[in-house]
Amino acid sequence: MGSGTSTQHHFAFQNAEKAFKAAALIQRWYRRYVARLEMRRRCTWSIFQSIEYAGQQDQVKLHDFFSYLVDHFTPSSHNERDFLNRMFTEERFPQDSEMDKCSDYECIEVPDTYTGPHLSFPLLPGHATALVEAFRLKQQLHARYVLNLLYETRKHLAQLPNITRVSTCYSEEITVCGDLHGQLDDLIFIFYKNGLPSPERAYVFNGDFVDRGKDSVEILMILFAFMLVYPKEFHLNRGNHEDHMVNLRYGFTKEVMYKYKIHGKKILRTLQDVFRWLPLATVIDEKVLILHGGVSDRTDLELLAKLDRHKIVSTMRYTTRKESEKQAEAKKKDDQASCAQRPTPWFLPQSRSLPSSPFHLGPVPKSPKANRSCSIPCSSPLTRQELSRQVRRSVDLELERCWRQAGFPAVGETEEPLSPVYKDLDTGELPTATREEWRQVVDILWSDPMAQEGCKANAVRGGGCYFGPDVTEALLQKYNLQLLIRSHECKPEGYEFCHNRKVLTIFSASNYYEVGSNRGAYVKLGPALTPHIVQYQANKATHMLTMRQRISRVEQSALKALREKLFAHSSDLLSEFKKRDTEKTGLISLGDWAAALESVLRLGLPWRMLRPQLVSSAVGNTLEYKSWLENLAKEQLSRENIQSSLLETLYRNRSNLETIFRIIDSDRSGFISLDEFRQTWKLFSSHMNVDITDDCICDLARSIDFNKDGHIDINEFLEAFRLVERSCSKGSASDGLPGTDAASSGPGRPGAP
Amino acid sequence: MADDREGTVAELQKKIKEAFEVFDRESNNTVDVREIGTIVRSLGCCPSEGELHDLIAEVEEEEPTGYIRYEKFLPVMTKVLQEKRYRPIPEDVLLRAFEALDPAKRGFLTKEELIKYMTEEGEPFSQEEMEEMLAATIDPETNAIHYKDYITTMMIDDS
Repeated sequence: MGSGTSTQHHFAFQNAEKAFKAAALIQRWYRRYVARLEMRRRCTWSIFQSIEYAGQQDQVKLHDFFSYLVDHFTPSSHNERDFLNRMFTEERFPQDSEMDKCSDYECIEVPDTYTGPHLSFPLLPGHATALVEAFRLKQQLHARYVLNLLYETRKHLAQLPNITRVSTCYSEEITVCGDLHGQLDDLIFIFYKNGLPSPERAYVFNGDFVDRGKDSVEILMILFAFMLVYPKEFHLNRGNHEDHMVNLRYGFTKEVMYKYKIHGKKILRTLQDVFRWLPLATVIDEKVLILHGGVSDRTDLELLAKLDRHKIVSTMRYTTRKESEKQAEAKKKDDQASCAQRPTPWFLPQSRSLPSSPFHLGPVPKSPKANRSCSIPCSSPLTRQELSRQVRRSVDLELERCWRQAGFPAVGETEEPLSPVYKDLDTGELPTATREEWRQVVDILWSDPMAQEGCKANAVRGGGCYFGPDVTEALLQKYNLQLLIRSHECKPEGYEFCHNRKVLTIFSASNYYEVGSNRGAYVKLGPALTPHIVQYQANKATHMLTMRQRISRVEQSALKALREKLFAHSSDLLSEFKKRDTEKTGLISLGDWAAALESVLRLGLPWRMLRPQLVSSAVGNTLEYKSWLENLAKEQLSRENIQSSLLETLYRNRSNLETIFRIIDSDRSGFISLDEFRQTWKLFSSHMNVDITDDCICDLARSIDFNKDGHIDINEFLEAFRLVERSCSKGSASDGLPGTDAASSGPGRPGAP
Repeated sequence: MADDREGTVAELQKKIKEAFEVFDRESNNTVDVREIGTIVRSLGCCPSEGELHDLIAEVEEEEPTGYIRYEKFLPVMTKVLQEKRYRPIPEDVLLRAFEALDPAKRGFLTKEELIKYMTEEGEPFSQEEMEEMLAATIDPETNAIHYKDYITTMMIDDS
């Protein structure tokens, strides 16, 4: 044995060094693991957001399409006229006086068999609380009470100013909540955690109560009930989704019609009225401004306070006084001509032919990132004529061709930009807002903050602006405010400060894209007006998952949505791949693969990072693209007897198609005839530039009519393309078919619109 | 031959750009310096904290602003990838590291031991890092980490 202690020390030292090195290695490895998880999380988030925003652009395109139809379509035959009639008409939008007279709900009887909550008016706090409890137990409120409540709500709202002024003197703390989007679990959780509304507990709900989630109706009932019961302490702001045109596409209309088959239409019409009377903003202690979207460099709170907010039924469409005068003249001329009378489209309640969205100039924007440099400055808009002309020219050219393809008569040349050839059935017409007023409202409902200074058009959403910290600062200074609270954007933590903490985004729908995708949050303000944020995630399951499990679950959901999108563009992708395969080997490099995907989809996603998840068959650095596309198709296709290109197109446009079908099905029976389906598909496919033969369309129509009764049930159609499955993953109530998608069991769904 | 090499560099740079843009929140070609670690690691590198600090020093402005510009990041990162610096740790090496902390060869480390080593030795974990690792690794029944199985699971995930 050598000198004992020094050997021991030597060993000890060696061991210590070993331990140190080993620990360092493990830490180094672990940190890399976590970094890769974080990267996956970010990519997943990008996928959801890019799909969501791309969908919102589609919405605007769709409305452009319809308004163009309204302006230019002259039915040449009886059949076509009837078809258009059916497609575009409905009963007139009731006037205010009519609303007062028609107590729709009084004649609705509540049967003895009804086991849901009963309401009597004037409402008492007990009623509101009972509603929360009843909905928690999954009961449904009877249509009579729904209509009664809506009627009372509208009466109440009509007395409120555009901008609600609240003080912390009365109730010490005020809680501000953001988007709920039909997610009742989150609302119930907020009331559970923060307490029910009361004279001591004030609430402000900042818009977007409906759409996407499955319990929008219940949320509205609860919010309106508390507002009636505590009018001084409970406040609502309008969001961009409190809008019947947006609801057509994003699920609220569908939810109402499913839950209220007989009275749904009445309810929806009444809701239009309620929505347009919602206040636009709330101010606390003259210091904190709360509104749904954001602001622009033109935002004028005084103008916003003065305008007639109820004239703005939908922020998606606009008309001017001057235009309607012009139209009145043109109409007089045309009345004498023997033109077919074009009916007024019911879904354009201001019953006027309208210019396309003023934000659509130039090429369609690509992705949220690509857009930041798109320069359509808010501060120097084109004149109305220039705008109109520009838009018309490009739309004209495209659609001219489509109309010819579809076999309809070509549109005449040189027209007045707006010369409707229809008779105005509505002599006591709804007064219009000015262009400036409309724009002011669009700005506060649709804008998003950005990091750079300045103010530019929000081309991603198709409405409102991106506003920079300088715009915020200027506005706060001008009106002597200290904080802007807004919602409108989903945030991973449920909230986010920006612009030197002068802007707070608050979003209250947790798990919005998918279970585990994000937290929800609300903010409390006391007399000192210091924001105190509370976060939550209304799904017990998420707490038990580790970060890794949460991320991979959400990731799977995002990838599924992304693969669907890829499939929907298979033909375009194939031609892009072929372009890059100059030697016709059937192979392309992975770099080319990524570039091709971006050029077709334009989502601005990090394709190279996502590649391992999307391509399993690469050998080295090359990919056999045809078999990759075939594998993609195999995952998606379910019906072999439908041509795959049709299927692809339908998939790509399914949200649009759904909206169109709901518009055609104007009596909301849930049925459309095979003939109507064919005509619609023809129209739509020529607009969307798809070459489809009549035979194919007939085959398609027949194959979808499962029970062969000459009618297509909208559910049949949706079922054929597994759309119902997707909406069932939100929760099986929406369409009455059993949920089959096992992967998404919680509230919220992947970001596809 | 020259084309091949150029092609590879171009592809590398596209990868770097993609990874950078994921964190470029404001779309102005800068990222928060605190995200550099994540970016570098997700590009396949496995630097130690010390190596990372050195790298950051190379790409920072002379007067550190808290932001790293893409123009400075790209050339440095390209070299890192070309030289294949900060190689990832193979499975067997990782296993031996765990074994070094388990001289009795029991096949596991207790929760307390893991905490001690990770927070006191090497480049210590923050409390957050430690908590997350515990949540993901400790078997609640035995309150220990059976490192061999753990490594196998993680490696599958990692590929």
